[in-house]
Amino acid sequence: MPGPTTPAPLNPDGSRRTFMKQAGGFLGLALAPPFLSQAERLTALSKKVEGVSTISLKVNGTVRAIRAEPRVTLLDALREYLDLTGSKKGCDHGQCGACTVLVDGRRVNSCLTLAVMSQGKEITTIEGLAKEGGELHPMQAAFLKHDGFQCGYCTPGQIMSAVACVQEGHAGSEAEVREWMSGNLCRCSAYPNITAAILEAKGQMG
Amino acid sequence: MNNFSYIQADKAKEATAAKRDDKSAAFIAGGTTLLDLMKLNVENHGQLIDVNMLPFRGIEMTKDGLRIGALERMSEVGAHPLVKENFPAVSESLLLAASAQLRNMASIGGNVLQRTRCGYFRDTAFPCNKREPGTGCPALEGDNRNLAILGTSETCIATSYPGDLAVALIALDAVLTLENAKGKQRQVPITKFYLLPGTTPQRETVLEADELIVAVTIPQTAAARKSKYLKVRDRSSYAYALVSAAVGLEVQGGTVRAARVALGAVGAQPWRCFEVEKALVGQPATEATFRAAAELALRGAKPREHNAYKIEMAKNTLVRALSEVASV
Amino acid sequence: METNQKENAPTNVVGKPLDRVDGPAKVTGAARYSAEISVPGTVHGVLKTSTIAKGRITGIDTSRAAKEPGILNIFTHENLPKPAKTPKQIEKWRAAQSYLPMQDNQIQYAGQPVALVVATTLEAATQAAALIRVTYQAETPIDSYHDPKAELFDPQKIQQGKKDGHVVRGNPQQAYNGAAVKHEATYVHAINHHSPMEPAATLAVWEGADKLTVYEASQNVTMHQGNLAELLGMPREQIRVVTKYIGGGFGCKGSFWPHTILTVLAARAVNRPVKLALTRQQMFTGVGHREDQEQTLKMGATAEGKLVSIVHTKKATTSPWDNYTESNGKVMDMLYACENYSTVYELARANVMTSVWMRAPGEAPGSFALESSMDDLANQLNLDPLEIRLRNYADYDHSNGKPWSSKSLKQCYTRGAELFGWSKRNPKPGQTRRGKLLVGHGMASATYPVHSSQGTARVRLFADGHAVVEAGATDLGTGTYTVMTQVSADALGLPPEKIRFELGDTRLPTAPGSGGSVAAGTVASSIMAAAEDVWDKVVKMAVADKKSPLYKAKPTDVKVELGRMFLSKDPKKGETLLAALGRSGQPDIEGSGTGKYGAGYEEKNFGQNGANQNDDKQKPGGHSMHSFGAHFCEVEVDPDLGTIRVTRWVGVHGAGTVLNLKTATSQMTGGAIYGIGAALMEDTFRDPNFARYTNADLAGYHVPVNADIPNIQVEFVPETDPYINYLGVKGIGELGMVGVAAAVANAVFNATGRRLRSLPMTPDKVLEALRLPA
Repeated sequence: MPGPTTPAPLNPDGSRRTFMKQAGGFLGLALAPPFLSQAERLTALSKKVEGVSTISLKVNGTVRAIRAEPRVTLLDALREYLDLTGSKKGCDHGQCGACTVLVDGRRVNSCLTLAVMSQGKEITTIEGLAKEGGELHPMQAAFLKHDGFQCGYCTPGQIMSAVACVQEGHAGSEAEVREWMSGNLCRCSAYPNITAAILEAKGQMG
Repeated sequence: MNNFSYIQADKAKEATAAKRDDKSAAFIAGGTTLLDLMKLNVENHGQLIDVNMLPFRGIEMTKDGLRIGALERMSEVGAHPLVKENFPAVSESLLLAASAQLRNMASIGGNVLQRTRCGYFRDTAFPCNKREPGTGCPALEGDNRNLAILGTSETCIATSYPGDLAVALIALDAVLTLENAKGKQRQVPITKFYLLPGTTPQRETVLEADELIVAVTIPQTAAARKSKYLKVRDRSSYAYALVSAAVGLEVQGGTVRAARVALGAVGAQPWRCFEVEKALVGQPATEATFRAAAELALRGAKPREHNAYKIEMAKNTLVRALSEVASV
Repeated sequence: METNQKENAPTNVVGKPLDRVDGPAKVTGAARYSAEISVPGTVHGVLKTSTIAKGRITGIDTSRAAKEPGILNIFTHENLPKPAKTPKQIEKWRAAQSYLPMQDNQIQYAGQPVALVVATTLEAATQAAALIRVTYQAETPIDSYHDPKAELFDPQKIQQGKKDGHVVRGNPQQAYNGAAVKHEATYVHAINHHSPMEPAATLAVWEGADKLTVYEASQNVTMHQGNLAELLGMPREQIRVVTKYIGGGFGCKGSFWPHTILTVLAARAVNRPVKLALTRQQMFTGVGHREDQEQTLKMGATAEGKLVSIVHTKKATTSPWDNYTESNGKVMDMLYACENYSTVYELARANVMTSVWMRAPGEAPGSFALESSMDDLANQLNLDPLEIRLRNYADYDHSNGKPWSSKSLKQCYTRGAELFGWSKRNPKPGQTRRGKLLVGHGMASATYPVHSSQGTARVRLFADGHAVVEAGATDLGTGTYTVMTQVSADALGLPPEKIRFELGDTRLPTAPGSGGSVAAGTVASSIMAAAEDVWDKVVKMAVADKKSPLYKAKPTDVKVELGRMFLSKDPKKGETLLAALGRSGQPDIEGSGTGKYGAGYEEKNFGQNGANQNDDKQKPGGHSMHSFGAHFCEVEVDPDLGTIRVTRWVGVHGAGTVLNLKTATSQMTGGAIYGIGAALMEDTFRDPNFARYTNADLAGYHVPVNADIPNIQVEFVPETDPYINYLGVKGIGELGMVGVAAAVANAVFNATGRRLRSLPMTPDKVLEALRLPA
């Protein structure tokens, strides 16, 4: 069941501190002025985030707030609270890569990332990759063309990882792609096709 | 996971004091080890102290060597030109570890505090002296294929640190800077950082409860500049080592002037091989020398039913790594 | 209309490398798998499993667990409502495991469910499960067939009594004793786990006291529906099972496991939809495995290398209740020409859950033994491994004396050898080096039987030029959505984008599950039968319609191809199905039909497929049906470090009509890699004292990663088979994996001169083998 969600205003700054202030505010410090001095901020931050609180996540360009405990991982926040089920849970321990998303442009395992720590960061999931209107990202199109998947369960993680792999500059050769994509298991074993897709999409990602 | 409270520390003292005041607290940086173990209920912490805002960043050359902020991520350090140029073994140990995703997440400080992959430790259904002192060690007569053969005790045969980086750091005499709740810093050579299991396998390092790793400093040496990390594993990537070796050589006119040798995944902790180093110095840099020296590395090894292969594999890994560094 | 049009029926999109039709949903994250279906009010279920492997529960303390926020209930054997029947009481129980936990306080295997927590959040349910304190009276478990406490027994029958535990043909022992050349070896296979990327999951939604919908990660919705109906004592039609997308299965999701019914019972008790996904750790004790096993194989041959005897025995671990074991003997019985053969299974009960079919069950480990021994025999006789296989080429099926419905193995050998450059292989082991690495080349044969099957489909053709085609099949990633779209498109003469193919729902016409490589052949045939029903109806309209060029023609004189009806004798005279339907004023027309795969099809169509009725052997059910293939492999072995790397792979297969070259090639590639995993790294370790796995996760249980895999070259040889089904399709899901481990082992032998007979061939085993003299 998707958790209760409320739309939150887009944060123009998006910095972590701003979000902590916000979180603090939700914790009952609503009287704190919008612009805190250093001392005041420390007071606010010394308050713990405990139990259910509002956590604001900027996912695919939109800030959304959930009510959740600090133990909620980014993956579960996406899947169970925001109903963004494109990011997959394959192992929940950083051992398969199916949950890969981009946080501030870096690929990470969202299953080992806390939602509360992801506030103020740009989170990109598979749902945010295609253009509005549905035009596929070149990596998505290449996966489709090269049959870089079978069951499709690891695919969102593969594609997010692949986009980062290219952006990092780790798609220079077949061997390099294979090594740098090894954090994404594919049990159907579409590996040769995944590799081919990445090498092709690289040329179109600009 | 148990339901913890979370704070984001802005200053080191705030973090260390919070940890001092709450025995159940833990620091969190990348979270890749911590959350993994908390999900398994191997670790339970009432409070997580987020240290990512602390200023322990930066990769810079100092008079003592390369200083790496403890909060730098494995990816950045592994790819950094200063690291690649001056400490190739460190770079390789980082880039051969885990996956690109995990390397983006995991901090250097957290990395050296990784905990064993022993299956008995990770599954709370089993007894385990490291997890619950006094309950026993089923690994002695069980799945010990990837457990230690050096430095073990009858209480614990885990490769307590299962990773890669610390193996290279131990070989290259890195020094950890630790800071406690009083704001006091101390320097601990990484060779003295880890503890052998003895009868207290739950104590893994000399880190005090209120201490935080602030930085790692690696002295610049000729051997470090010509160093290598070689990793043998069950699959080509994304796997823990069965055996690994970090070696560095300074060779002049075909003779070894200085050597740095450490083994991973064979010792209860990353294993510095001082005797091998001694045996190499002054000798011609040949495969025969390396072979003879490697024999010393495993002296005193105590293999179990499934891990005796490590003796030969470790020797061969050393010889291969030394040969490649010396280009022979 | 009974038809033999298939013979030379033209195709438009069948066979083409069409992109997957479900691809856009999968690459955008829009495809929802079972645990991702959004049903309002859904709460989370989490299992607590036993820490011990044998004994009984003496107490359960849920007090700490109950303090987690939002707990709705904590079910144990004491308060979980009982099912109407347990599997043991069900005559037609369709699953490998017949034991249902949480019915009493007994513990029979480690990881057995002991409690199920239902809570409003996943976090609370997970932690509550961890906080439940279960106390046990533990007994010493038996961990496997090689446990000294284990007793081997003769099961007589295996797999719930479905297969013989003894098969004997001729005088195998006598023939072996008298053979000019003898070979005997024992092969060990580790415990393997299917490890699909999507963990097993159930979302149970009660829509009333007697109406249930289950979103299940199922390879076979009909099986799940049937078993649930029996367990709950409900009519089948009151239970709907839905699987629109499934994240791999490889067999484990094609059987019925405890978590499904436990979730359903819990959902009824809390009166909320309950979603439960196994954790990755629970996947190792929740959905079966490939059993630990060893095979002893004795082969006798003439001095020329012709087999005279195969004597095979298998020892394996099974559960306390069931006699499941893979039937490894099947492949040995028929792959080569050999008059004398026997296989005998011996099982030992241990405290493990029931093992279950895993991709190429029996054929995969069986072919490892057979094809390794063949390689040894070739070496013993100084024959090329290909040559010894050709000398023993079976021109008919020696297991039953029947001719093959089709067999292209020779072509596979020839083409594979050519693509691989087999003739350049150095036959002398241990001679080829690449730097410090030893290089070796090996090959092995592959085969998989056609398991007879049948299913139904419905086709609804709309006058506006689109069609909805339905069959309750599943798409495991095998391409069912795509290939059935192609089949439907050609059957109706529509472009594929005008077809919507629906699957994965028990409300649809019953189709077989994805398993045993039967889906493609059966569902394609069902669609063709349903399409024929539509053709019939439209032809009848046309011949009665003055405006039709076919007006007053005899329906039996009308043929239909690619959606166009025409006179057989005057093909220019005709029109499209759509044209006739359009004039009728009917918005749509519906047809349904039953399609058969294998023997049932042959029987039904006897004499109508160009088969020669005068040939004695061409009697109904008279053919043996198998697909065949050949693998060629190059490895590099590091003699110092013990690592093996597969550096080249060629697989050539004869599998009848290929419905989609792209998806079929992917599946064969995946099969090879699945086999490479079993060959080189997959090994679940069961602790001998605790009978509990020590590496039950994806860091401990290694499956191949991208860096392990070279480019895999796959080809299909053209093959026509008029006997097996309408389109001549043979299943390919399993074929690609059969023989793979042997091909790798044979290449390792060629590289090192050492024969590894224990899977997986990990670096420690390689170093050990290299220590011994060649």
